[in-house]
Amino acid sequence: MSDTFTPIAPRPSPIKTSGLIPWMRRNLFADVRSTLVTVFVIGLLAWVLPGFIRWFFIDAVVRADADACQAARGIGACWGVVTEKYRIILFGRYPFDEQWRPLVATSLMMGGLILSCVRFFWKPWLAIMWVVILALFFTLMGGGVFGLADVRTDLWGGLPLTVMLATLSIFLAFPLAVVVALGRRGRLPAIRTACIVYIELIRGVPLISVLFMASFMFPLFMPQGVTLDVLVRVIAGITLFAAAYMAEIIRGGLQAIPKGQLEAADTLGLTYWQTQRKIVLPQALAMVVPSIMNTFISLFKDTSLVTIVSLYELTGALALALNADVNWRPFKLEAYLFITLIYFTVCFAMSRYSLWVEKQLSASKAR
Amino acid sequence: MKPLPPPVPKRQWSLNSRATRGLLFQLVALVIIALGIWFLAHNTQRNMAARGIQSGFDFLGASAGFDIGETVIAYDPSESYGKAIWVGVLNTLKVAALGILFTTILGVLLGVGRFSRNGLVRGLCYGYVELFRNVPILLQLLMWYLVFIEILPPSNEAWNLADLFFLSKGGFSFPYPTAGLGAVVAGAAVGLVAGWMWLRWVQKRFEATGRDGDRLWTPIALIAAFAVMGWVVSGMPREWNVPEQLVFMVDGGVAATPEFMTILVGLVMYTSAFVAEVVRSGIQSVSRGQDEAAAALGLNPRQKMKLVVLPQAMRVIVPPLTNQYLNLTKNSSLAVAIGYPDVVSIANTTINQSGRAVECIAIIMLVYLTTSLSTSLLMNWYNQRVAIKER
Amino acid sequence: MTEPIIRFDKVNKWYGNDFHVLRDIDLDVAKGERIVVCGPSGSGKSTLIRCINRLEEHQQGHLFVDGIELTDDIKAIDQVRKNVGMVFQQFNLFPHLTVLENLTLSPMWVGKMPKKEAEERAMVQLERVRIAEQAGKYPLQLSGGQQQRVAIARALCLTPKIMLFDEPTSALDPEMIKEVLDVMVELANLGITMICVTHEMGFAKAVADRVIFMDQGQIVEQNTPTEFFNNPQNERSQDFLSKILGH
Repeated sequence: MSDTFTPIAPRPSPIKTSGLIPWMRRNLFADVRSTLVTVFVIGLLAWVLPGFIRWFFIDAVVRADADACQAARGIGACWGVVTEKYRIILFGRYPFDEQWRPLVATSLMMGGLILSCVRFFWKPWLAIMWVVILALFFTLMGGGVFGLADVRTDLWGGLPLTVMLATLSIFLAFPLAVVVALGRRGRLPAIRTACIVYIELIRGVPLISVLFMASFMFPLFMPQGVTLDVLVRVIAGITLFAAAYMAEIIRGGLQAIPKGQLEAADTLGLTYWQTQRKIVLPQALAMVVPSIMNTFISLFKDTSLVTIVSLYELTGALALALNADVNWRPFKLEAYLFITLIYFTVCFAMSRYSLWVEKQLSASKAR
Repeated sequence: MKPLPPPVPKRQWSLNSRATRGLLFQLVALVIIALGIWFLAHNTQRNMAARGIQSGFDFLGASAGFDIGETVIAYDPSESYGKAIWVGVLNTLKVAALGILFTTILGVLLGVGRFSRNGLVRGLCYGYVELFRNVPILLQLLMWYLVFIEILPPSNEAWNLADLFFLSKGGFSFPYPTAGLGAVVAGAAVGLVAGWMWLRWVQKRFEATGRDGDRLWTPIALIAAFAVMGWVVSGMPREWNVPEQLVFMVDGGVAATPEFMTILVGLVMYTSAFVAEVVRSGIQSVSRGQDEAAAALGLNPRQKMKLVVLPQAMRVIVPPLTNQYLNLTKNSSLAVAIGYPDVVSIANTTINQSGRAVECIAIIMLVYLTTSLSTSLLMNWYNQRVAIKER
Repeated sequence: MTEPIIRFDKVNKWYGNDFHVLRDIDLDVAKGERIVVCGPSGSGKSTLIRCINRLEEHQQGHLFVDGIELTDDIKAIDQVRKNVGMVFQQFNLFPHLTVLENLTLSPMWVGKMPKKEAEERAMVQLERVRIAEQAGKYPLQLSGGQQQRVAIARALCLTPKIMLFDEPTSALDPEMIKEVLDVMVELANLGITMICVTHEMGFAKAVADRVIFMDQGQIVEQNTPTEFFNNPQNERSQDFLSKILGH
């Protein structure tokens, strides 16, 4: 038998579990070991941090004054090297007066990238927009038309080169990767073998060797009289490299499509190519978008390697800016920190975004 | 009625059958690929003849004529290109082996640290991972090189620790025993066997009586004890090669060059960030339900880790971990940018001197391909063995 | 009057600062009693039984299991867990171990039992749930119903005084629910104290000594099954019953 029931109103907890103090008690001082660790870490930070902040901010020299920087050596950072040299670092050997052109071109490219990240813009005209952006980019950078002065490709450098190499390679690699992924999974043994050989060959060797191959060997592959621009060679090399990795990622997406989808398409009378185009690829590609973003982030970092084959993107342009200049050479570290900041900001933002996309996609799958 | 064997299908060679179409398609594709390869090879031959570049691997026997900064085996400039490249391979393996060892230790510590009870530790581990993952490895190597070349003190006034360890622009010097090492290693090997026998005995006794024994410290103590015995048995040699600070430099001991320090430290700090993520996601992949079931069965946290969480986490961790090891090995090729003589560096010099670009690049790719493929095969075998059996 | 084997004394639990999930729970469970807890989702019924083996911690009030009070004292918690077996909705078998190894894990490592003895005891339990022939298989090679029976056997290997069931059939396909419920009915006749959170009202009618209805963190009504199903006293109980018995 039950007694008469009186409903009880909810009360707040007598022991606070959320809020700053409870958080600190749980996460910093939970037990003896944790408390000791907290004390140790805070002590360490107290020992290191003030000196670092003084060097980094307080005693730093911001003016482009080499003597002031020398005087502050060991005491304060020399951000003057950035003030003095940032144009060479950012734009490489591009002619000084025309540097507004790479600035506009890079902004266009980065704007396009940011737009492509927003789901709202994933419509067919995005492809057209990209064709326009790329055309504008190369026109602005190369010149020779519309009254713009002609600028040879080996003068291109710095951030525009980094962004262009990464973006263009991903675009060119993508269709190649789709074809190779389909071939890898196809029924025809000869094609499958060719795709496997390509993928395993490229993934098994470092990017530097692919760049060497592109740099030294591609000119030999061309019929006589045809010269390959160094930029074209490098783009070809990076594209081949990226395509192999993306092919494996896309293959993973293709494998995740349940067999039932293919069988349904078969019963509806669709041909192989129709099935791939309308059923398989849309689903597979949507699934692998986060992984493709990660490939793009890696590619963005890997473009720094083209320095080794004498294209002066961001990292290489820095060497260019400082190695020859005796006055500013001692402050290479500060310049390195400057481009570290650029790389870190871009890559960290992209990786945070990619995590967010992943969460969105898995949320749409959860019931 | 008895079941009959299936009838032999008649081959239908029509243009519409899938078999015919597949065959035709492949034939066409093969022809295109073959034509493509012939085209490239033909051009290559013509171009090389036009530029007077010879081909063939016979150059490997010719004398190299250049010196190599640091070598694992003896080498002098009069030896062949082949020997020089082999020295490069050994240097690459040296960096890869030590790099993998230290990366694993640091990466596991960082990955486990992400689950620490202490919020500061968790935050620091997260900060480390994000910082080192989002900056290109080449840039990190260049910065470390700067530190080792310009920020460290000159070799006439090296930093020293207890007069045994010296750090300067000339490198890192540490003492090294010149005698008795063999006996100590042999003793340790015997200790390893003894430790393994101890573990087997403990397991047998546990299964028979339910009493468990110490499974960590006793084997370690056994290895140490036998190593010491090895040292005693060989006469307790005390000769060490100890570095000392001379007027212009630090002499003696074993010296690790700034280039080697750069590539090792740079690669380890970069790759351990990725390994930490692999370890973290492996541990996270074990569902909370497993945790709760283990707790409900009365297992204490150590037993829970050892018997339930780690075995499952390992299966998820090992494949991407192996991938990171391969990445570290491939990234060691960036040594060419800082002057450490790995195989790419030396091949590069060889190309510049002998002009045999195609052959040298082929050698580089062969070296890395062998490493990658053998590691992949090993990993596939391991995966098949430990796969969780499903329907 | 013998001591109840489980006693909740004004137990309150909160998630965070504001979500009051268990409100002033007073409950006595006698030894050998079989209880079914039901109620709408979010009512706190899972939380209630998870407090009994300290998978959840209560912030206010006292909870006694087999005479031991559940606090932060690790020794007390370990002692309680030795006597309480739990079966989960998601089975939570260890996929990297065979069925037999799943069962002998706790007796060997917590109970310090020799391997042979543990395996004998495991086989007895596997016979009881009628799955002895699968002893060498791995959990993911079995069907859902088979896995849940293994999970019941695994809990029984502790020879617990109390068995907790947290919606044991909710994750099963319909044709497998019966085999698990049959095992639970047999268990009920053995004299172990059982507390079962479930929606299977047929099982409640067949086996339960008492049905407890919870809503919004409180025990709204408790009665014998016959009384509860035929004559619900409270408006909320009537509402709930009409929803689940209606279709």
